[in-house]
Amino acid sequence: MGKTILKVDNLKTKYITRYNEDVYAVNNVSLEVEEGKSLGIAGESGCGKSTLALSLMGYYFAPLHYVSGDIVIDGKNISSLEPDVVRQSVLGQEIAYIPQSAMNALNPTRKIINFIEDVVLAHEPGTDKKEIRQLAESRFEMLGLPKSVLDHYPVELSGGMKQRTVIAISVFLSPKILIADEPSSALDVSSQKMVIKMLLDLMDRGLVKAMIFITHELPLLYNVTDDIMVMYAGQIVEKGTAHQTVFDPLHPYAKGLMGSIIVPEAGIRNAKLSSIPGVPPNLKNPPQGCQFAERCKYVVPECKMHEISMRSAEGDRSYRCIFGEDVLRKAYSNG
Amino acid sequence: MAEETCEACLSGTNLTKIYAFGKSRTVAVDNINFSFNAGQVVSIVGESGSGKTTLAKMLLGLTSVTSGQIHFRGKLLDISTSRKRKEYWKSIQAIFQDPYSSYNIFTKIDDVLLDCIRLCGGAKLPKEEKLAMMEEACRFVNLKFAELTNKYPFELSGGQMQRLMIARVFLLKPQILLADEPTSMIDACSRATILEMLLKLRDEINMTLIFITHDIGLAYYISDEVYIMEHGKIVECGNADEVILHPKEAYTKRLINDVPKIYEPWDLSTVDYHV
Repeated sequence: MGKTILKVDNLKTKYITRYNEDVYAVNNVSLEVEEGKSLGIAGESGCGKSTLALSLMGYYFAPLHYVSGDIVIDGKNISSLEPDVVRQSVLGQEIAYIPQSAMNALNPTRKIINFIEDVVLAHEPGTDKKEIRQLAESRFEMLGLPKSVLDHYPVELSGGMKQRTVIAISVFLSPKILIADEPSSALDVSSQKMVIKMLLDLMDRGLVKAMIFITHELPLLYNVTDDIMVMYAGQIVEKGTAHQTVFDPLHPYAKGLMGSIIVPEAGIRNAKLSSIPGVPPNLKNPPQGCQFAERCKYVVPECKMHEISMRSAEGDRSYRCIFGEDVLRKAYSNG
Repeated sequence: MAEETCEACLSGTNLTKIYAFGKSRTVAVDNINFSFNAGQVVSIVGESGSGKTTLAKMLLGLTSVTSGQIHFRGKLLDISTSRKRKEYWKSIQAIFQDPYSSYNIFTKIDDVLLDCIRLCGGAKLPKEEKLAMMEEACRFVNLKFAELTNKYPFELSGGQMQRLMIARVFLLKPQILLADEPTSMIDACSRATILEMLLKLRDEINMTLIFITHDIGLAYYISDEVYIMEHGKIVECGNADEVILHPKEAYTKRLINDVPKIYEPWDLSTVDYHV
């Protein structure tokens, strides 16, 4: 067992809408990431993947509000810190976050080197600009980005290059953990491969100690991360290693997701894709009991009676369903 | 095979498109030949900038052809006047990438579907019959018509909008459907639904489906024939199993290599940062 870098305990955050309704987008999420490991988060649109990423930073701004739970980064609890303290000493140094459309967030009137100066000066005021430049050059070289990029404006770079530059900037202060939210979904397949290689390089070189990778592309997740967590309606419904989750999913929702994988490999053409009917529940007014019950093929009346808790299964994994693993496997093999 | 004896539904000979601006010339589609048979699913695969969408626009008559010919059902395609173009659009329909911008935001969903009924000659049908047709179309794509009446397209989710697009095509019953990256903006789970529906629609109205994508996995799943495009040229084409499982061209091999897989390891060592 390696050192635990990030430990989240029963984190609960909510959005407050303008009609004063509470929407619990992250509902009692617990997770743990060890040094040198990466965790993938899968789930369909609106299941709370990105909100979880935002919540993990410990920096909340309306309409997102913190409710309860602990976020511990390398032994330091950041969930109770003031927003300004989080901004000053946690973001960028302890935890770095690459949002979905990061590459479009670069100010077109500034050069890349200016962004890096901003990052460094915000955390270590008074650093010499020449020093920053030297650091930036060596860092860019290490990550396979040409030095000339530093003097370019964002519009002069291609999409893939821009995304890699953004990643390089966000990990400039060598944070302990990197949260990448769909870093490659706007890119074509070859640029995607470069971005993924870069993320894995960052881990190998120890520039980031652990990574959380969010995407709905399961084949990608399977190849990049060590563990996969499946989210549904703000809750974790399945947690296990990448291989377990993809090849032997236990929760019916995870099973449905894995049935929608399309890869260019023999056998996929004749495979029947499974799609999950219906839509996710409205979180303003969540159903009682299992959140997935409305769409589940194997639903029984007990599912809707009381809240379902995570149960552990063989092989150090867990899932959220009232059925035992043998019952579920048998049901899946019967179709 | 039965398909080979029947005539090509849509074919192109020496098709070229050059975008010219001042002195600069960009050859977007470079002298390509193809022939899509009726009732088949054909994929056009390529990276960004390979000319897939330009080809689609030419086939739809949305942009002019620099040189070469398009033949539709054995006859040279003539869309020189707007009347001829409208006539042609009755037999070819398209679904685009972005479902959010495919609709007029001021048009209610009922009107979107009513327009389709009007277009295929049902303007004078009694109201009940029109309603029944709209309900049938919505049922086909697993939407509930009763929940959609009096709603605007932006009140739907991306997946629902794309399904409504398929419902439109179901009403119009074209001979060719051109789908340009129809699933790249929606998540993996709804993607499976859309693909299944497109295939079901193909079987239902026996149309030719031209599927444009950059994801070679999708192309392999859905199509009978695959055309691989690179820099405006078709580098490899043929039966899907043949092209994807036994690729001959280096470009096709690279495309397949770039996609993450689950049964074979994904080789990242070949990545060259300086492309």
